[in-house]
Amino acid sequence: MGVEGIGARVARKEDKRFLTGKGRYTDDMVVPGMKYAAFVRSPHAHAKIKSIDVSAAERMPGVIAVLNGKQMLDDGIGNLICGWMIHSKDGSPMKMGAWRPIAHETVRYVGDAVAVVVADSVGEARDAAEQVVVDYEELPAVTDAATALTAGQPQLHPEAAGNLIYDWAIGTSEAETDAAIAAAAHVTEMTILNNRLAPNPMEPRAALGVYDSAEDHYTCYTTSQNPHVARLVMSAFYNVAPENKLRVIAPDVGGGFGSKIFIYPEEIVCLWASRRAGVPVKWTSDRTEAFLTDAHGRDHRSTVKMAFDKDNRITALKVDTIANFGAYMSLFSSSVPTYLYATLLSGQYAIPAIHANVRAVYTNTTPVDAYRGAGRPEATYLLERTIETAARELGVSPAELRRKNFIRSFPYQTPVIMNYDAGNYEASLEASMKQADWAGFAARKAEAEKRGKKRGIGMSCYIEACGIAPSAAVGSLGAGVGLWESAEVRVNAVGTIEVLTGSHSHGQGHETTFAQLVADRFGVPIDSVSVVHGDTDKVQMGMGTYGSRSGAVGMSAIVKALDKVEAKAKKIAAHLMEADESDIVIENGEAKVAGTDKTVPWFQVALAAYTAHNLPGGMEPGLKEGAFYDPTNFTFPAGCYICEVEIDPETGKTDIIQFVAADDFGNIINPMIVEGQVHGGIAQGIGQALLEGVHYDAQSGQLLTASYMDYAMPRADDLPSFQVSHQNTPCPGNPLGIKGCGEAGAIGSPPALINAITDAIGNNDLSMPATPQKVWAAIHAAH
Amino acid sequence: MTKVTMTVNGRQVSGEVEDRTLLVQFIRDKLGLTGTHVGCDTSQCGTCVVHMDGRSIKSCSTLAVQAAGSEILTIEGLARDGELHPVQAAFKAHHGLQCGFCTPGMVMTAVDMINRYGGALDEKTVRENLEGNICRCTGYHNIVKAILAAAAEMGAGRQAAE
Repeated sequence: MGVEGIGARVARKEDKRFLTGKGRYTDDMVVPGMKYAAFVRSPHAHAKIKSIDVSAAERMPGVIAVLNGKQMLDDGIGNLICGWMIHSKDGSPMKMGAWRPIAHETVRYVGDAVAVVVADSVGEARDAAEQVVVDYEELPAVTDAATALTAGQPQLHPEAAGNLIYDWAIGTSEAETDAAIAAAAHVTEMTILNNRLAPNPMEPRAALGVYDSAEDHYTCYTTSQNPHVARLVMSAFYNVAPENKLRVIAPDVGGGFGSKIFIYPEEIVCLWASRRAGVPVKWTSDRTEAFLTDAHGRDHRSTVKMAFDKDNRITALKVDTIANFGAYMSLFSSSVPTYLYATLLSGQYAIPAIHANVRAVYTNTTPVDAYRGAGRPEATYLLERTIETAARELGVSPAELRRKNFIRSFPYQTPVIMNYDAGNYEASLEASMKQADWAGFAARKAEAEKRGKKRGIGMSCYIEACGIAPSAAVGSLGAGVGLWESAEVRVNAVGTIEVLTGSHSHGQGHETTFAQLVADRFGVPIDSVSVVHGDTDKVQMGMGTYGSRSGAVGMSAIVKALDKVEAKAKKIAAHLMEADESDIVIENGEAKVAGTDKTVPWFQVALAAYTAHNLPGGMEPGLKEGAFYDPTNFTFPAGCYICEVEIDPETGKTDIIQFVAADDFGNIINPMIVEGQVHGGIAQGIGQALLEGVHYDAQSGQLLTASYMDYAMPRADDLPSFQVSHQNTPCPGNPLGIKGCGEAGAIGSPPALINAITDAIGNNDLSMPATPQKVWAAIHAAH
Repeated sequence: MTKVTMTVNGRQVSGEVEDRTLLVQFIRDKLGLTGTHVGCDTSQCGTCVVHMDGRSIKSCSTLAVQAAGSEILTIEGLARDGELHPVQAAFKAHHGLQCGFCTPGMVMTAVDMINRYGGALDEKTVRENLEGNICRCTGYHNIVKAILAAAAEMGAGRQAAE
């Protein structure tokens, strides 16, 4: 692997700028003449806009323009859309209500934008926004999805009767599944709630729109995980500008976790307002705006039946899920509780019959979309809570019940579309149990009891589908885009190399891992390799970073481009050394004729390509190749997590004693970075299980958790250090054998933690987040 | 508007500010030192931490006029002569940062923590002292490792100097 190649723990190339304050985030950008936007937002969860009076605001100091949604409509700016078509069981298309970037008739959640002020300073823009007078006719609101489906509830969109967006099913027929359940020796039934979360990347969203009237050209600096998708959508659907007149730059981005995939009203408004007001317009979210307007995650209510035969083999699984979509359909919202959730309901288990039904529902809340794991945490939580409960009901050990039902031969076709290509679930289970000293738990529990503490242990065996995704496959399932990735490898005349990628790094360390690939291939130092990303003027096209796809898909595209560069470099080297092309090897920064002492340094090969004085006949000058890579299948990372907790019965407070993660990510480029991804994912999963939850007032629809004083983010003293290991089976589906590691921690950890707490307190009736108050109440309810 | 003068990273600076101008706005917007960030507006997240007269403070909940006459150290002033401060170097060596947004505040908090505790830091103390700094990427695991490693190195450095 070499000290900088594949598999090496290379410290990150990008760290120095972040550590010295030289990172360049969107809010750091300054352009001449730049002004500032502040949004006027609805204080009501549901209301008709009767009138908007901007006269006082326009007279405020520093104000340049006060703009509204009607003007935006008149200028032809389109509705925000959901880009993944789902059809209901009855064949009808999903019911998408209109989402205007700035509402001019109806507001449907607290935070819906109703006007925007552009002013000389942020303070003046906000002062003026306070002076915009909006006359609302308040309407009743509904925030709970199950309630919104019942008769007599407020109706959000005329397109969606009964607030139902779709009623979708997948898998084995309902009749066959019901028959298997009826014939079962044991059925475990549960109601499972998956709490709504706010993603909370530490960098709030921001956008800077710059309109150049001379060129009729727009530039958008924005906090995006996928700037090319942003350009495509803003151009093709929102009618902001044609693609060749719109440049999108996502510079350093301070975390995303899914929430920065989507194209939001604010970046569209900044671009449009820049043309309208004739000045560059910057908007930066504050944290409360982030809680109000960044797409939330999760929010499922499910019922589940898991059926077993007399040998404790699972014979059937039936799931009914209600997914809260909030007030509008966000960009990929429709895919999350369908193809990213229900397709994973087989977990690591051989289940002959699976039927899942999903209803997607409008409510007067912030739109919900993909958040780290996106559907897979919900599937894993449902399955792993249910199988754990089944083990308790059946009186067998949770590990044995899982073992008995593991899928053991591959490829394995589940009843819910997915075809698992490789895995070894037993290996992760064994490794994690050994690491956690599962066998010694009883003694530790007894010792804790002497101190008056309740100790519990829980596990979770997860699988996820990553590396999204084969374009034709997702196209057939309703995706509006292809999910390939692009790369270009440019060798400069002196042998330094630029890698251009459509993936986007917002913490994942691509500048290092992608350079490691090149270093590994040619034996050049990683400092001679630069990774270019995040600018639609530099990188032609790309699909961005989400769904743990940058390794499996993004790096596979780089490998394809490297193959082409290597092939051409070998031809040049063979010509220079008068050798046969098939005898050339490139390593340690030089091209060699195998079995001889003839070499040409790498830089001379590059130089020869650009001087073009002495190239093989007919060869074009230059050394630069591009590639598109379209995956052949999803990848299937899997693993086993174990959590051990100790609870103070006096207070209900949970202390995490140890957290063990054993993952199969396929081949790994940089173990240090992979471990970091797992740590962060686990922290978010523990956050969901123990601390975090978005709460609305059910009557008024007001968001009650709109700051860090109300929403419990995991802090350093809430968490332990983690024990992380890998038991890898290479992925057969891509050239590097990579499965992806970005979301696993957030997927696998919540059920392990809740299984541990319910084990400790002897009461299985506990929902996330398991706050001290809830745990205390559950302890007392159990006795 | 009020004229304020302070020393930032060893350089005397002056500027006209509104009464409501926050120190972080003065640092970012007037001085162009954008390494100090704003992440929450309620003094919870710590991405805005700088040192004022040698102690870590949250520059999002300090008025610029309150900082008049003081010595301010921001992340941009921590490395000397192109050499990373031991805390910065430890964050890099131990992968204590991912997206980098919380990093300047984390590093400034860590430097203050090590200054206050010296070699007496342990994991529990580090975690308690990070109460005012939120990171969403790392799960804190490698931040804690980095701070302990830097504290050990700086403690060893101090002993060698004595």
